[in-house]
Amino acid sequence: MTLLAFDWAFIIEKLILIAIIVLTTLLITLYTTFGERKVAAILQDRPGPNRAGPFGLLQPLADGLKLIMKEEIIPNASSRWLFIIGPGLAMTASLMTCAVIPWGTAIHLFGRTIELQVADVNIGILYIFAVVSMGVYGIMIGGWASNNKFSLMSALRAASQAISYEIAMGLALIALLMTTGTLSLKTIVEDQTAGHWWNIVYQPLGFVIFFICAMAECNRTPFDLPEAENELNFGYHQEYSSMKLGFYLFAEYVNMIMSSAIMASMYFGGYDLPFFDETTVAPNIAAMIGLGTLLIKIVLFVFLFMWIRWTIPRFRYDQLMNLGWKKMIPLALFNMLLTGALILSKL
Amino acid sequence: MNVLEIIFYALSAFALVCAIMVLISKNPIHSVLWLILVFFAISGHYILLNAQFLAIVNIIVYAGAIMVLFLFVIMLINVKKDSEPQKQLFVKLIGVIAGGSFLTLSISLVKQAMPLVGKTVPLKEGTIGLIHPLGKALFNDYVVPFEISSVLFLSAMVGAVLIGKK
Repeated sequence: MTLLAFDWAFIIEKLILIAIIVLTTLLITLYTTFGERKVAAILQDRPGPNRAGPFGLLQPLADGLKLIMKEEIIPNASSRWLFIIGPGLAMTASLMTCAVIPWGTAIHLFGRTIELQVADVNIGILYIFAVVSMGVYGIMIGGWASNNKFSLMSALRAASQAISYEIAMGLALIALLMTTGTLSLKTIVEDQTAGHWWNIVYQPLGFVIFFICAMAECNRTPFDLPEAENELNFGYHQEYSSMKLGFYLFAEYVNMIMSSAIMASMYFGGYDLPFFDETTVAPNIAAMIGLGTLLIKIVLFVFLFMWIRWTIPRFRYDQLMNLGWKKMIPLALFNMLLTGALILSKL
Repeated sequence: MNVLEIIFYALSAFALVCAIMVLISKNPIHSVLWLILVFFAISGHYILLNAQFLAIVNIIVYAGAIMVLFLFVIMLINVKKDSEPQKQLFVKLIGVIAGGSFLTLSISLVKQAMPLVGKTVPLKEGTIGLIHPLGKALFNDYVVPFEISSVLFLSAMVGAVLIGKK
């Protein structure tokens, strides 16, 4: 049968890989919410969640169960289908990013070489950029479909914020691409492992810009204007209840983990463990060490996100726009010029 | 029929259905959302032609930026399907003329494409849509138009910032 003549083992391998990555991401996300509450508690000098299980470790399960058990309410005045699609879209968009992140070097199982990356497309970074720009639809559709003034205001805020900071983010990325000369995330990480410095050495300013923009794209404090409780009640997910609300809240944490993974891969060597020669151990063990290194880097970044959230107060909306358009974009353009000049002077 | 053909027909059908839905949706927000799906289908076609760069730029620019602005504006002006005023005869007439001209244009385009009938498209193997050949073509053969359009974009951006500063 010529119709289905393709490599089924390849499809199955990729499906298993996708399932593992998505499930692991969701599991880590669960515990990121727990981590957030613990970090907040430590910074505010209080114990934090400590009732469910030892050290409160079962707290995320209890939270999830609570969300699922709540009554599902779809407002009469809402656009029913869009109201349902909104949270799903937000979640899908944030999970799609993980397709191009290289989680480690290849491992060898059952006589096959399995790359720990779902798709090594030669436009990896642009793919991430496209998915990020899709992420705002979940918020916009949900906020509009709720048929609530506050939700709509919040959705519009989220959209304009995302668009504004995407520009500076793209310009920071261009400067990075000028130094690496490739768009494939795998090649970028490999270039950093092979005895070179990490990209942060070449692009310190670009990293700072990218980090700030990533924080804005994830709607994290100090950029969480779409969820500003004191002026918007609750934000774009005001009318949502049960697991739909949970999806929106979860998507924010998944976004945070994914942007941490991207920053680790692009600026901090990805799965590269510094001062360690991976060729001295068996390839499978090296891959596991790489995976562990990447996870540790992700956790550190997530902690940084949380630290900033519980330290810095929220911007005002005009301040946010001023920062985006009048400071970030010129700074990113300057960074691009500087990088170009340095590359030219080296030639 | 091989897998590529099945994907091609599925994508085409999807694009056409979505395009029809753009036209017949009463609610302008729904129209915009269907239009976004059309852009995704077209990006799928680009990927079939192995033009990954074009596919992703199509999503970033059209689906990711322009359509967000469309949604933004429509949500702000809040068009209700009931409150939409009845169009005058004059406006309807202009619409008919514009639509007719566009139809003529499309027919002439289809006619010009007649020599292509029966030719096969190199699915999955062309390289012009990949980033390296495209960059080489842009910076060698088409460098002057490319630079002029970049200056145009830059001036638009500076202008936007300037207006925002007032």
